[in-house]
Amino acid sequence: MIHQYKNNGFHIVMDVNSGAIHIVDEVVYDMLPLYQEHSLEEIKTLLQDRYTADEIGEAAGEIEELKNAGVLFTEDIYENYLMDFKKRPTVVKALCLHIAHDCNLACKYCFAEEGEYHGRRELMSYETGRQALDFLIANSGNRRNLEVDFFGGEPLMNWQVVKDLVAYGREQEKLHDKKFRFTLTTNGVLLDDEVMEFANREMSNVVLSIDGRKEIHDRMRPSRNGKGSYDLIVPKFQKLAESRKQTNYYVRGTFTRNNLDFSEDVLHLADLGFQQISVEPVVAAPDEPYAIRMEDVPAICEEYDKLAAEMVKRKKEGRDFNFFHFMIDLTGGPCVAKRLSGCGSGTEYLAVTPWGDLYPCHQFVGMEQFLMGNVYDGVKNTELRDEFKCCNVYAKEKCRKCFAKFYCSGGCAANSYQFHGTINDAYDIGCELQRKRVECAIMIKAAE
Amino acid sequence: MKHVKTLNTKSLQESMKKGGCGECQTSCQSACKTSCTVGNQTCENNK
Repeated sequence: MIHQYKNNGFHIVMDVNSGAIHIVDEVVYDMLPLYQEHSLEEIKTLLQDRYTADEIGEAAGEIEELKNAGVLFTEDIYENYLMDFKKRPTVVKALCLHIAHDCNLACKYCFAEEGEYHGRRELMSYETGRQALDFLIANSGNRRNLEVDFFGGEPLMNWQVVKDLVAYGREQEKLHDKKFRFTLTTNGVLLDDEVMEFANREMSNVVLSIDGRKEIHDRMRPSRNGKGSYDLIVPKFQKLAESRKQTNYYVRGTFTRNNLDFSEDVLHLADLGFQQISVEPVVAAPDEPYAIRMEDVPAICEEYDKLAAEMVKRKKEGRDFNFFHFMIDLTGGPCVAKRLSGCGSGTEYLAVTPWGDLYPCHQFVGMEQFLMGNVYDGVKNTELRDEFKCCNVYAKEKCRKCFAKFYCSGGCAANSYQFHGTINDAYDIGCELQRKRVECAIMIKAAE
Repeated sequence: MKHVKTLNTKSLQESMKKGGCGECQTSCQSACKTSCTVGNQTCENNK
């Protein structure tokens, strides 16, 4: 299976099953769609208006060389391997701790519904958090690296508990030969020097929520009294990013139908000095006025192209920055097992509510049919866990034929459920955008 | 090659040999909380 496309002047060919990426000239680009169905003589005839027989013969030699090297027209040989891999006993290696189901902002697109996740306002107690870390250690098997995200709502509304849990984790990791990697996700309202100092010492990653331009950010991320939050948070985020030497953090925004020109927001964040940027499409119920519709996809794809071309230009000028969705590792990157087995929700990755209930991920919290157990008794709904365990690209008909399957791992289960009522489908708008992002990411590599 | 430049050297088939250790980051723990992106993640298998 191959996928070929043109972008920013490059002719790009992806050999999907080997993961090989080839930059080719026009002769090879035009020959490839014909190559499997026609003889060389037929191809020479079909393309005689554009290329000489010698040119086609020479290009054919190179195509054969790639085929023989196992980097062109390769077959998908991974299905049985993956099925064996997925049968392995499940371990838990990451928790999303909902440290506060409360928020000091009232963002319109929040899947937590202003922090409360369709439930009650509550802060996680130290005891519940400690039990969650114990649960993680006890269920992590021989995995050494354990990840804990302090999430919300707004985690800084329960800051003392965050600090106490980090201290407890540091104590426990020594006893059990584990390594905790903590992440803090925050809207920045309560961010101060003390929080920054602690975060720089203890947090492997911080995720700072900001949407981009002031008018865009303030429209969707107001405080509860309706006032925008941009002016309050920007200087603090800039200070924190600098104090982390512009690494191990992301400014993370959401774009909606209100700002389909979101490349302007990404560039605005870059112009504010941020070098690690993630701006992602909103996932919202179709009846929300800000929800992205299928008809918006062409405009969004054009924006991705525009952004990618601008990033290539800025890199040449020494003004480069990372855009999370365009990051791609072509020299190493994850193994095929990781690429095909899904995000790990419901198995390796679980979300914990303030009162200790376990859900497959943060997006399922509050949906009672997805309650898996709690941190005291462990995972009780093993049927649900097994359903998530079997969720992978081979379980999804749409993914089997998709060239991006090794980059998105079958997509987001929560998005699939929201739009199709099952975790084994795929959110179609998300897929269209994912494919475009993969194409852009590869083009940026080609330009290096 | 005159007509083709290949950008990467490591193939996915090769990664079957010693892959699957599971030490790498969970995809939603990095920055995305609403999509699924694995192609950009770092392999932590140094064996």
